[in-house]
Amino acid sequence: MKDSYTLKSLAVLLENNKISSKELTSEYLKNIENGKELNCYNTISQEKALIDAEKSDERRKSQNLRSKYDGIPIGIKDLFCTKGVTTTASSKILSNFVPNYESTVTQNCDDAGLISLGKLNCDEFAMGSTNKTSFFGSVKNPWKSVNSDNELVPGGSSGGSAAAVSGDLCVASLGTDTGGSIRQPASFTGTVGLKPSYGRVSRWGIVAFASSLDQAGPITKTVEDAAILLDIISGHDEKDSTSSVNPKENYYQNLNSDIKGMKIGIPKEFRSDKLPASTQKSWDECANLLKTNGAEIVDISLPHTMSALPAYYIIAPAEASSNLARYDGVRYGLRVKGNDLIDMYEKTRSEGFGDEVKRRILIGTYVLSSGYYDAYYIKAQKIRSLIKSDYVEAFKKVDAILTPSTPSTAFEIANEPSDPVQNYLNDIFTVPVNLAGLPGISIPFANDENNLPIGLQLITNSFEEQKLLNVARNIEETINYSETPEKWWLK
Amino acid sequence: MVAQMIEGWNLVIGIEIHAQVNSKSKLFSSSPTDFGSKPNSQVSLIDAAMPGMLPVINKFCIEQAVKSGIGLNAKINKKSIFDRKNYFYQDLPQGYQISQYKDPIVGEGFVEIETENGQKKIGVERLHLEQDAGKSLHDQDPNFTFVDLNRSGIALMEIVSKPDMNSPEEAVEYVRKVRSILRYLGTCDGNMEQGSLRADVNISVNKPGNELGTRCEIKNLNSFKFIHAAIVYEAKRQIKLIEQGECVNQETRLFNTQFGETRSMRSKEDAHDYRYFPDPDLLPLILDDDWIKDLQDSIPELPDQIKERFINEYSLSSYDANIIVSDKATSEYFEDVVKNRNPKLVTTWVTGELFSILNRKNLIIEDSPITSKRLGELVDNIENGKISNRQAKEVLEEMCESGKGALEIIDEKGLSQISDENEIESLVDNVLNSNPENVKKYKNGKDKLFGFFVGEAMKLSKGKANPKIVNDLIKKKLSQ
Repeated sequence: MKDSYTLKSLAVLLENNKISSKELTSEYLKNIENGKELNCYNTISQEKALIDAEKSDERRKSQNLRSKYDGIPIGIKDLFCTKGVTTTASSKILSNFVPNYESTVTQNCDDAGLISLGKLNCDEFAMGSTNKTSFFGSVKNPWKSVNSDNELVPGGSSGGSAAAVSGDLCVASLGTDTGGSIRQPASFTGTVGLKPSYGRVSRWGIVAFASSLDQAGPITKTVEDAAILLDIISGHDEKDSTSSVNPKENYYQNLNSDIKGMKIGIPKEFRSDKLPASTQKSWDECANLLKTNGAEIVDISLPHTMSALPAYYIIAPAEASSNLARYDGVRYGLRVKGNDLIDMYEKTRSEGFGDEVKRRILIGTYVLSSGYYDAYYIKAQKIRSLIKSDYVEAFKKVDAILTPSTPSTAFEIANEPSDPVQNYLNDIFTVPVNLAGLPGISIPFANDENNLPIGLQLITNSFEEQKLLNVARNIEETINYSETPEKWWLK
Repeated sequence: MVAQMIEGWNLVIGIEIHAQVNSKSKLFSSSPTDFGSKPNSQVSLIDAAMPGMLPVINKFCIEQAVKSGIGLNAKINKKSIFDRKNYFYQDLPQGYQISQYKDPIVGEGFVEIETENGQKKIGVERLHLEQDAGKSLHDQDPNFTFVDLNRSGIALMEIVSKPDMNSPEEAVEYVRKVRSILRYLGTCDGNMEQGSLRADVNISVNKPGNELGTRCEIKNLNSFKFIHAAIVYEAKRQIKLIEQGECVNQETRLFNTQFGETRSMRSKEDAHDYRYFPDPDLLPLILDDDWIKDLQDSIPELPDQIKERFINEYSLSSYDANIIVSDKATSEYFEDVVKNRNPKLVTTWVTGELFSILNRKNLIIEDSPITSKRLGELVDNIENGKISNRQAKEVLEEMCESGKGALEIIDEKGLSQISDENEIESLVDNVLNSNPENVKKYKNGKDKLFGFFVGEAMKLSKGKANPKIVNDLIKKKLSQ
């Protein structure tokens, strides 16, 4: 296995018949087998992937390819419903659920000839930032601190998606991001994670967490690959009423790292004494680099940033409490017998949901209750509007905003804070982007003193994914980040 | 009757009507909506609330709701919002019903009803769209409840009245009127037996001048008879409670159709907290001015307008016009028959004889065994004197049984009326000549014998003689 595999490079290898889809798929399946300790996959589609790979090879022979990327295997977060393949949302309550339908995003991948290696572990119902809330256990970060042998969290909720790319258990993967669930684990694993604008990618067939915030996106090794995968998965879907009718662009073809004359905003509210020195240093270096490459650095203010997290932790649980009501043991998923309907509900949901999911359902139910609705939900929506207008104002002055992706690098699984609110702070830099519906990308910039990846986040205005990818590509090109984790799990 | 029973009390009634939108597919999915299909045969992934499924608004249902709003003289809201009403039940797959809470698609309006004291305006508070739930079947298995999701997701219009009705009759008239308007518009088939239209009735009683009483809601009434009976029962129950010095508790009650009484279903304390909030899967619904205008232009003539026209055009009484226009099919039937015919005669035959046959056979006019064309032919034969009214009734019965046309029956039965004066004169002469004694008695003042002569003449004609001519001729001959 070469570490240089990317969607782009594999497309060339396949085209030149240097490797077949079946060989490639087998290689990744072997990596997955050898990397079982990382616990990235909930389901491995060994048989199906190989059959699909053979079909792709036949298409290649008959020059009937679905796209340039036909035959490349990827990993799929276990939140996307996949026809005939168990889809669990990493929850006990759906642990036996096999959809008879395919999500729009995974269908789009299939239409491009991509092959699914299996379903990637994540936090239960995408609720978490460490991957520890999964019913199937924690995912382990392929990275380890040079100073310790302890296992680290991969971030979450798309922890399996990020760790799998980082550990070469797939070349690229699909994740979802409700408050940072693509960008934060990408940052913790040294990968590229893109959350598109709200409405850019269809939500149809993705197990819903918070409908007004959820958005699917790619986790890849490079910005180029992020553009390639975004091309494949995005576009209008009439089955999703919130899907944008804005025409999709050809992101990869139009990728252009020229940023001369662009204005890059540095929001003062994201500065903090608590930020690790190495993260601060990367942030500053990146700003200087962009300046060197022809951009202008502008200090900006996003005054309501500090209210984003509290607002998010009202809105997201509120929507989740309602979205998760359908898991009631009546039609599919887990059912625990009870004496009557209510008893069945209570037993099923008590047993089927984990603590973090229950916590958020309770919070959500509470903030929507009569007498509290105005004080919490309505107030949070007002804050959300204020945050949106912060960004509207900012984008009158700048083309893109540069921030750290996370307030720290990956931490030890054993050291996860016991206070859930402490954990929620992992998403402090990513949450405002979801509330404002904007596209955001996390790219690896450097490694810290423990040799752990530091991710930086770029944000642009809604549906300006092209500009976002261009700036990210500029940075990528300049720094040429090429750190890879040592594959300790192979020893 | 009711007025006496509750004399000295004031009834305040408000009604929520749930009307199923006349649409081939559901409010947020493309599943069909046919009534009486095999259980769970009309259920999409969305209706079953499978993970990741999303609702997409059915434009046709929006159109139907707006049309209904126009028919109810109501304000159409250009922006409305779909909310989630959250509660758990086995036949509610999503765990919430998508409904409209604060911003309904249709705002205030009114309908006019006929009451004992003339026309009365009943205010409409709002009309909103919502999903129906599935159906729980409790009688299929001793241990399990079965769920049929065919109805899950079907579009309903909830039409909320103001508390403007003050008697069970007004309440029934209001529901009749709304049903009639929706049927004219074609936005709801109004089939109450199949549950396409059902009513929740809110009722309270108070002494005139006192403040309003505590109200109870009676759920799911699906016939005019039950609406009336439930209100009568509930009013009596509440009055009795107050007269005994007790309190009326605010609660939801069910009407037991078997015993004709209402029973408590749940009290205010047990009321759900539905945790309404805007459905994040759906964007606010924005209606375009031109689109609304087009719908306005497409609205057909509605009962109030038709009634006025019938009064002007055909000189119908307000009473008759009201009966005829209350149902779209009836008014269409009437207009078919009345064209170029005597409106008074037609009205009598439609609202009298035809209705009594339909009632007897328990048929709606759409299924009438006598088409409007056939009834027209019958009326023609009455008008041209071929048959008498009495004979016509016989013919109508026969038409109904045999499916034959009026003329055919008249010919077959030899019913054709004799109107030829010479022929009748010879009959009359025959009768008078055969009964010289009675002629004498009559001329001496026994007036009652007149009927005897008429009867004899008719008998002689086998009932076919035109009775008027017979009468006239006998009178003439006897006075000679």
